Amino acid sequence: MLQFIARRSLLALFILLLAVTLLFAMIHMMPGDPASAILGPKASPELKAELNQRMGLDQPLLTQLGRFYTDLARGDLGIDVFTNREVSEIVFEQLPYTLVLVLAAIGGATLLGIPLGCFSAIRRNSLLDRVTAVMSVGFIAIPTFVIALYLLLWLSVKWRWFPAMGAGASGDFVDQARHLVLPAIALGLGWVGYIARLVRASMLEVMEENHIRTARAFGLPERTIIVHYALRIAVLPTVAILGMGIGTMLSGALFAEIVFSRPGIGKLLHEAVMTRNYPVVMGSVVVTTGFFVLSTLVSDIINAALDPRLRETGRSS
Amino acid sequence: MATPALDIRNLSVSYQTDRGELRALRNINLQIPAGRIIGIVGESGCGKSTLISAIIRLLAPNARISEGEILFRGDDLLGLDPKAMRALRGNEISVVFQDPMTSLNPVLTIGRQMLDVQHREKHPKAKKRARAIKMLERVGIPDPAEQLNRYPHHLSGGMRQRVAIAMALMTDPGLLIADEPTTALDATLEAQIIYRLQQLQRDFGCAILFISHHLGVIAELCDEVVVMYAGEVVESGTTRDVFLKPQHPYTRKLLDCDPARIKQATRKLPVIDGSLPDLLELPGGCVFRPRCDRCIETCAIERPELKGDRHRVACHVAGL
Amino acid sequence: MSVQRGVIAEIFGRLRKDSLGMTGLVIVVVILLASIFAPVLTPHDPLEVDVYNRLVSPSWQHWLGTDQLGRDVLSRVLFGGRIALKVALVAISVSMAVGLLLGMMAGFGPKWLDRLLVICFDTLRSFPTIMFALAIVALTGPSLNTVIGVIIITSIPVYGRIVRTQTQALRENDFILAERAMGASTARILRDHILPNIAAPLLILASMDVPAVVGMEAGLSFLGLGVTPPTPSWGNILSDGYSYLRNSPWPIIAGGIPLILVTLGFTFFGESLRDILDPKLRGKDGKG
Repeated sequence: MLQFIARRSLLALFILLLAVTLLFAMIHMMPGDPASAILGPKASPELKAELNQRMGLDQPLLTQLGRFYTDLARGDLGIDVFTNREVSEIVFEQLPYTLVLVLAAIGGATLLGIPLGCFSAIRRNSLLDRVTAVMSVGFIAIPTFVIALYLLLWLSVKWRWFPAMGAGASGDFVDQARHLVLPAIALGLGWVGYIARLVRASMLEVMEENHIRTARAFGLPERTIIVHYALRIAVLPTVAILGMGIGTMLSGALFAEIVFSRPGIGKLLHEAVMTRNYPVVMGSVVVTTGFFVLSTLVSDIINAALDPRLRETGRSS
Repeated sequence: MATPALDIRNLSVSYQTDRGELRALRNINLQIPAGRIIGIVGESGCGKSTLISAIIRLLAPNARISEGEILFRGDDLLGLDPKAMRALRGNEISVVFQDPMTSLNPVLTIGRQMLDVQHREKHPKAKKRARAIKMLERVGIPDPAEQLNRYPHHLSGGMRQRVAIAMALMTDPGLLIADEPTTALDATLEAQIIYRLQQLQRDFGCAILFISHHLGVIAELCDEVVVMYAGEVVESGTTRDVFLKPQHPYTRKLLDCDPARIKQATRKLPVIDGSLPDLLELPGGCVFRPRCDRCIETCAIERPELKGDRHRVACHVAGL
Repeated sequence: MSVQRGVIAEIFGRLRKDSLGMTGLVIVVVILLASIFAPVLTPHDPLEVDVYNRLVSPSWQHWLGTDQLGRDVLSRVLFGGRIALKVALVAISVSMAVGLLLGMMAGFGPKWLDRLLVICFDTLRSFPTIMFALAIVALTGPSLNTVIGVIIITSIPVYGRIVRTQTQALRENDFILAERAMGASTARILRDHILPNIAAPLLILASMDVPAVVGMEAGLSFLGLGVTPPTPSWGNILSDGYSYLRNSPWPIIAGGIPLILVTLGFTFFGESLRDILDPKLRGKDGKG
């Protein structure tokens, strides 16, 4: 198991390195020079030179790349040219809000989706099963911001059930939870149906397998069989999907944050892009990418922990 | 005579399918005396699996038991409610299945599964573990304590089957049903496992219903044997009687085709002409008639009943 | 040719029994027709400003009301469909073509090439899509072509991976080995044997991909980074509606409906197609 973790982690690190290098390359291969873009075409050469120097843009490419890596290793993401604060500070200030949102969405979707899928499998073709089926096929693909806008329109502006903006007063848990509901629903709604369908399909397959027949032949209680023997195997594809889904969720979180004016990495990135604040743009993307790679890694490890067959070969049969 | 461990009387089971009623078992009569080993011989499709499923009452939803009784130690299993039936499974009646590769849950340790089998006992976990370890020793698994922590895919097919046998016998059942337990294993392994099974049966004293199409194994292990064909019992008796003096044409052909019996080198292996009848549209009369070379007129009209004392045959021409 | 006709007829026949799939197909066709014939169908010029009739609720004159500049929302929605479909068509065909090529190379070629391509795919896929899109747009400025380009770059790895997996699976098949034993060149094998077997799953994936692509374009336009105003795009309509949310809900309602319809339509249709063509393909979505 440890070997598996080590191998996967190394691979993840390598991919991350490549990704970050790609980002760096992108910035420097783009036409036009960043300084003009930031300061505007009418900026004087001296101003541009000063900015260049501040952002280290006047040095040879390889030197810049080297500095980039070493800075990154030290956790230094550069300085925000507008506010002179450390980018890492700014980014990590906003990150928790996004994480909370994503976690809430995943948590909600899983808590609803897994039992839903389980029941659908046990009671096939019941009303619940068919409603879930239709829901799950369509909802996952509807863009998050559309759902977010509709939720905002009906539940917040029209009926005033939930607040429309912000994250809630800090320290006030209930208030923050209220502010979390709509964005989390917007993010997670599609996933409930998707997870339910995955679990349903898995359960139906697993329940037909020989080892379930053995368990029944040994007189194990049906509840034990469903929850501990069958469901345990059936949720595995869900974990795999969730790992990949975090990436989509991060993108979706961006929209949720903007629509509901919530603080978070998404909002930060958006503003930084609008204002051409390159250090912040880069810093945000690096951090989110790192987070995404990390979450895929963790989900792979959890998968291997749950299904021992994956540890050696990476396949499950 | 003591109450037999299993007494199946006139059992008929059919499946409701889109294409009609599939009569999988018809008027099955079978007895297993307490503590004896009975073998069932028959080719694929003879109804063995349905029989097992019927005994432990885990038939498919579209199956119907149209008539008969299944008496386990005198009590009719068909009259039990689901809870009572479940109480018997893995407790008084155990099953060892055919395919060791897929019969065990792949994501739970051997130990967990062996402990779960003892779920009715109120003993502490340590005691259950000790019992499992002891059982693994008895089936000949080396280093049993260590194996409890491993997963099924770490074990070979032969080992897994031993584990399955250990699990089945752990609760000291009155009846052990073994569904072709050695078919998926090679010959040497088969011999070892059969040997173990014999020993264990002597120690535990349970009755065994042993299903196989390896005639040699049946001859070695079983006291009595039942020959099934296309959902019916065609012959039954002591192994000696049935194998040395087969009465039913099907049994004769089966023995002729057994590769172990071929004495001369030959290029042509004997086969039984024809194929299994369609269980949806059964012809009247004897079910084996289309493939029989000794049939007479009555065979097409009247279905032969199982007749005889200890050695019973369902055939119109037997003994003639 | 007649074989293909027979196959299509059979697919159609089975599709008719699946009410969800038929619904999807109907929606897709309606959207396609509405977008193609938008110039004929629209009652007003989508760019025509009419400040006296700002943010009007739906009426006979304006079936979906007007936006903050008095422009007819229905017309804008119809024209927005053209943008959406254009993006989908271009982006998907290009990324599918390139993904196909790279995927086949990875699946069929030497091991080092496979490793290299997989690493490239994984690296590109390690970026959360919108974040990546934002980063690129930050550098190049907003434009429709940038949007299409970003979508292509992020989609190629998805198609590439699927093609690669399928190619690898097929490569081990006996009939391929037989062809190679008879001396068929790699190109020929790829073209005549692998390609037809991959076509079905690829097309299904493409159909399911349309909602994602359209959604991305709408999303980027919503953020102000895609189609530049005054050109209508579903995303633009929504972002305008968002700004004037408290004045009138209609632009948002109207702007969201086509997106929801596109999503449901293509997804239902794609799912149904997948069930018909190969029930074993479940669970192989590239994009979550």
